Amino acid sequence: MNKTIRIASGQGFWGDLIDAPYHQVTRGPVDYVMMDFLAEVTMSIMQKQKLRNPELGYARDLPGQLSRMLPHIVEKNIKVITNGGGVNPLACRDAIFREAEKQGIKGLKIGVVVGDDILENIDALLAQGIELRNMESGEAFSSIRDRIVSANVYFGAFPIVEALRQGAQIIITGRTTDTGLTLAPMIHEFGWAADDWDKLAAGTVAGHILECGGQSSGGNFLGDWKSVPDLAHIGFPIAEAHPDGTVYITKHENTGGLVSEATVKEQLLYEIGDPTEYITPDCIADFTSIRLQQDGENRVRVYDVKGRPLTPFYKVSASYHDGYSAIGTLTYAWPDALEKAQAADGILRTRLSDLGLEFEEIRSEFVGHNSCFGPLAYVPKEINEVVLRIGVRGKNKDHVARFGQELAPLILTGPPSVTGFAGGRPKPSDVIAYWPALMPKTAVTPQVIVEEN
Amino acid sequence: MPTKRIRLIEIAHARSGDKGDAGNVGVIAREERYYPILVQQLTADAVKQHFEGICFGPVDRYELPNLGALNFILHNTLGGGGTVSLKNDAQGKTLSSAILRMEIDIDEALLSA
Repeated sequence: MNKTIRIASGQGFWGDLIDAPYHQVTRGPVDYVMMDFLAEVTMSIMQKQKLRNPELGYARDLPGQLSRMLPHIVEKNIKVITNGGGVNPLACRDAIFREAEKQGIKGLKIGVVVGDDILENIDALLAQGIELRNMESGEAFSSIRDRIVSANVYFGAFPIVEALRQGAQIIITGRTTDTGLTLAPMIHEFGWAADDWDKLAAGTVAGHILECGGQSSGGNFLGDWKSVPDLAHIGFPIAEAHPDGTVYITKHENTGGLVSEATVKEQLLYEIGDPTEYITPDCIADFTSIRLQQDGENRVRVYDVKGRPLTPFYKVSASYHDGYSAIGTLTYAWPDALEKAQAADGILRTRLSDLGLEFEEIRSEFVGHNSCFGPLAYVPKEINEVVLRIGVRGKNKDHVARFGQELAPLILTGPPSVTGFAGGRPKPSDVIAYWPALMPKTAVTPQVIVEEN
Repeated sequence: MPTKRIRLIEIAHARSGDKGDAGNVGVIAREERYYPILVQQLTADAVKQHFEGICFGPVDRYELPNLGALNFILHNTLGGGGTVSLKNDAQGKTLSSAILRMEIDIDEALLSA
């Protein structure tokens, strides 16, 4: 079997380059486009949007993006797989069907994967003895039960494979792993078995390389960032997948950016823990087995990946309300810019203390001096300007609001040469915290719904 | 053999991100021959010491000889993690730059090879 498929990365997060997936389907040959929208906290934002409007709760960029892609994907039979359905994948599908109808496109098959959203079933799950204990801190779920905002299971590639098998051209999921979006078409096209661990691991590694969009094709590349050509027109990465699990990472011709062993290595190391066990719902991939080889310009071969059997657990990502925070800034200019900012910080802290306000944390950083490097920052002889960035977090919303009122007065009652307060008073915003847990795979079942307009 | 004190950035590059309240920092040798230097000098203890006042938990180190790279997990580093943190760099994106400021000793011969 000599078949290969080209899977293009179209989106690395909710807020990424809007036109990237359009360019992937118009600037060269691809068979699939994967679009990752979900970070750990994205679901909580979407859950809040759905509370305000039951028709929302998905990546709102997505219907517009797909609308523009539709004529091209229909003509070229390109399939699109995305987890942008968020907490309302069915509403997302309906919005895409409406876009298709506007263009007179009929017979479009959209698959939806649901069942990952366990917010409504939490009590039933707890009653079954599923603890949902925090897998990092070990804390009991009861400590956050009444403050929960969202709770989703991470599904893997196989529900998407089922939707592909049923002929779906577009597949919208909720909380599916980023890597599953890329692995699924390989399983579907190459007929990989559900226990062919090395191949599933190879597809998972390809998924990890694609899931952050331009971050593997020259974006955010620390190795030698000045050597990356034409980032303005960066080509997002494409995985050319082979049935034996070998994958070539490349990008469309005549696009900017860079695909090299070094850019791919940086992405492989991004947000991983123990490299010998990269755990997904589909398999465990061993990142210490990955071999890379430059195979011409902007083309890297990824091969020899080893995998191990999957675990009996799904990861659960829950979020809960955890108080309020506010952050404000003031800019101080030479002379003595840093000393002035530090003095202003001291004055403000004294006033907050005099008022008896209580916070869990007050954090002051001096942007231009140490907000990235903390104690590692060098103290320069002279500094032109520095931004005092001060934030508070606490359970009492009124106290957080009062902090916001105390910042601006520093302009007329603190050190001189201060500016940069155009944004108004910082307002308290909800703090949404993240709660990772595990649950047995037997406790929840993904459902696949494929419909045609 | 004469040694030279250099900044890590001369022989390595890096990428970092967040895993809850922990930062992940991947350090990659610019040339294969530099990887043993990383293994030898970038011990978990040395990295913990470098990040004093930033990383308040233990440091785990993992080796990826296939990529000429090390991966570090810096626990209790991001001020509570992504959405809770008040830090400008709540996701630990610049920990990669910060680790490359580390000073290490290297054989001069190796550097000019």
